[in-house]
Amino acid sequence: MDLELTDDQELFAETTAKFLERTCPLPTVREWAEKEPAGFPGAWWRQGAELGWTSLLVPEDQGGGSVSGHGLLDLTLVAEETGRWVSPGPLVPTNLVAAALSEYGSGEQQSRYLPRLLTGEAIATWCLGEPGQSGLPTAITTEAVRQGADLVLTGRKGAVEAGAEAEFFVVAALVDGRPTQLLVDADAAGVSVARAEGIDLVRRFATVSFEGVVLPPEAVLGEVGGAAEQIERLFEVAVVLQCASMSGVIDRVLAFTLEYSFDRYSFGRPLASYQALKHRFADLKVWTEASLATAHAAARAVDNRSDKAFELVSVAKSYIGDKAPLILQDCVQLHGGIGVTWDHDLHLYIRRVVQDRALFGTPPDHRERVAQALHMEQPHGN
Amino acid sequence: MGIETADEGTEDIEEFRLRARSWLAANMPLLGGQTNSKLMAQDEMGIRARELQGILFEGGFAGLCFPKEYGGQGLSRAHQVAFTQESVPYEMPVHFNIPTFSILAPTLLDFGTEEQKLAHIPKIISGEELWVQFLSEPSGGSDLASLVTRATPDGDVFILNGSKIWSSGAFRADYALCLARTEWHVPKHRGITCFIVKIHQPGIEVQQIKMVNGANEFCQEFFDDVAIPAENVLGEVNDGWTVATRLLYHERDAVGGGSPYTSGISGGRGDHGTSRSELIELARVTGRTGDPRVRQLVAEARVNDLVGMHLIGRVTKGINSGKYSGPAGSMFRLYAATSSERHCDIALEIAGAGAGVWEEGDMAGQKAIEFLMRQGGSLGGGSNEMQRNIISERVLGMPREYAADKDRPFDEVRHNASPSRPT
Repeated sequence: MDLELTDDQELFAETTAKFLERTCPLPTVREWAEKEPAGFPGAWWRQGAELGWTSLLVPEDQGGGSVSGHGLLDLTLVAEETGRWVSPGPLVPTNLVAAALSEYGSGEQQSRYLPRLLTGEAIATWCLGEPGQSGLPTAITTEAVRQGADLVLTGRKGAVEAGAEAEFFVVAALVDGRPTQLLVDADAAGVSVARAEGIDLVRRFATVSFEGVVLPPEAVLGEVGGAAEQIERLFEVAVVLQCASMSGVIDRVLAFTLEYSFDRYSFGRPLASYQALKHRFADLKVWTEASLATAHAAARAVDNRSDKAFELVSVAKSYIGDKAPLILQDCVQLHGGIGVTWDHDLHLYIRRVVQDRALFGTPPDHRERVAQALHMEQPHGN
Repeated sequence: MGIETADEGTEDIEEFRLRARSWLAANMPLLGGQTNSKLMAQDEMGIRARELQGILFEGGFAGLCFPKEYGGQGLSRAHQVAFTQESVPYEMPVHFNIPTFSILAPTLLDFGTEEQKLAHIPKIISGEELWVQFLSEPSGGSDLASLVTRATPDGDVFILNGSKIWSSGAFRADYALCLARTEWHVPKHRGITCFIVKIHQPGIEVQQIKMVNGANEFCQEFFDDVAIPAENVLGEVNDGWTVATRLLYHERDAVGGGSPYTSGISGGRGDHGTSRSELIELARVTGRTGDPRVRQLVAEARVNDLVGMHLIGRVTKGINSGKYSGPAGSMFRLYAATSSERHCDIALEIAGAGAGVWEEGDMAGQKAIEFLMRQGGSLGGGSNEMQRNIISERVLGMPREYAADKDRPFDEVRHNASPSRPT
């Protein structure tokens, strides 16, 4: 956890942790993953919304409210806890849409979409990348063409979290080659949703297809062609939440793996007493602390809209996206054979970080962004 | 200490900053020109640092956070930060920062008698005294408390015999804090005393050690019946381990960038901006800025630098707020060392074929030579293996390693002998 929390933030994180522990400990997470189509019961998500999970990026005068005045930092506390408990629920997509509406939406768009989102009655999601593409803001290809005053949206979006549960989407598309964000209702003519498979058993993803979906000017979020900054901003928020969640995962898994090393004996002594293993734990601890430190730094940079946010977000994703799977696989090794069984919870955590690593840019994608931030020129012809 | 005792009515930071800015412009030489420290001969470096420190002292800008009674300015850390920010364009006596200002002077302030403090702190601040630490010995690196340099009481002096090693720049320094064994019939930590030792005196021979990259900054010292006055004991006789522990605490603070006593920043490696631009420059001169593999490598080095910076920030805050204990500092030591190894690998990879054979002055060749010292950071100041022991045992609470010398008198424990002086 961040070492610089206010008392209110600590209480908020603790409340969230207790709620998750009580309502969906890992056996429940597994049960819901198997039986609940969305991965969780709707009533549970509405309880989370009551705790503030959906309101943190929305100011009070729009019906939201933060704990500390820094809503994104408060939200990373929730994300970190959901990592610790491999929780289900559309925390990331719902908050991205809430932030987009709150920051870039018209009064009409806000009053139409925000209230049900904030109470947890409605779920919404962000459609950024196309299937099989990198998930970077600059990679989008889906187009919307002008037809009189309307826009006609055609294309497919992949890795859309909670796509099948969403009532409406924010869709990133190009109009005349320039980035534009569009609000699209799930029941609009031409929209179809197909569940996608994913490595995480708990969260749900879909491919969303738009076949000539006709959208009135009121569907545009912000300006036509003027959404580059908006998309980058949402992308940074998404990566910050991923990094917080992955940090929560590794912090938790390292803690129970360490505990296991004290409890497990071989040759009459605890595993924790072997120097070869102690040194591995020391490395894992350093990587975990480094991940937490960088995740928080990136969150602060995005929260206060620092000009370092672009680079720091990618630094965090590059480091944590590389290290988290590595740390978890080493924890498997430290557990021994039990670590590769279905019944042990380790694979739930590994699935979560492998998925987070892949979405919204892989570590190599983010290193390329860092290279751009360093102004390393590309020679002509490349 | 100075930071806590800053006077009421201390000069406002911004007023101080403006005053410092105009003073620096009028008095300090700008960086660049012939004064590039890399090109400067080693003995010149010490002379130059003393000169520059003297200028700061004359202008009233030396020892900003040191107490006024010992020649400092008694200002706050914020004043020092402002001064360092303003000093960036100028040539500064950064050679004084580590270990003189940030490690040895604070240890003197912690344990020194009034006479000791008055004798040395003002001269340190005025640039007359450079200090080094005489800690490690050839007989053992990681197990510092097993030192075998002996100081035998003889009337009102102690007679020092033995050898110290890895003191950086001792040949140009004036004084050292030296740990020596004064009692052999007790467990190792309880028979050590810390001495203030004048370096250039009969009986002390300082030899520079030539390293694999050709540098000869590190030294070894040989002590041959050196008489140390009893009033030069720092702290109590046989309680030198308490002093050493505090000294190592200041060292962690200094390495972590937490010391209020350093002034000015150096432009060498370890300064994140420089290590980054160095690799970009290397990619540029080898014509590979557009090579996706090279872009990945340069970015990775940048990622490691920034992550390290935030790790230091997190752990330092944790220690200062009491959420983490002192040994947590080993986490950023280990991180910095492994990250520096990786940095060397990355530089070698970007250097390409030019790291094998090069034309005079090529940057790729410089990287190849730097690669020879790849393990330097993983050995100095406690090896990575020691840091991993500390982290696992004292941060994670895992069982301690078996120690054959635990609670046993030092003279009953097997240990390495002190090397004799080369003839």
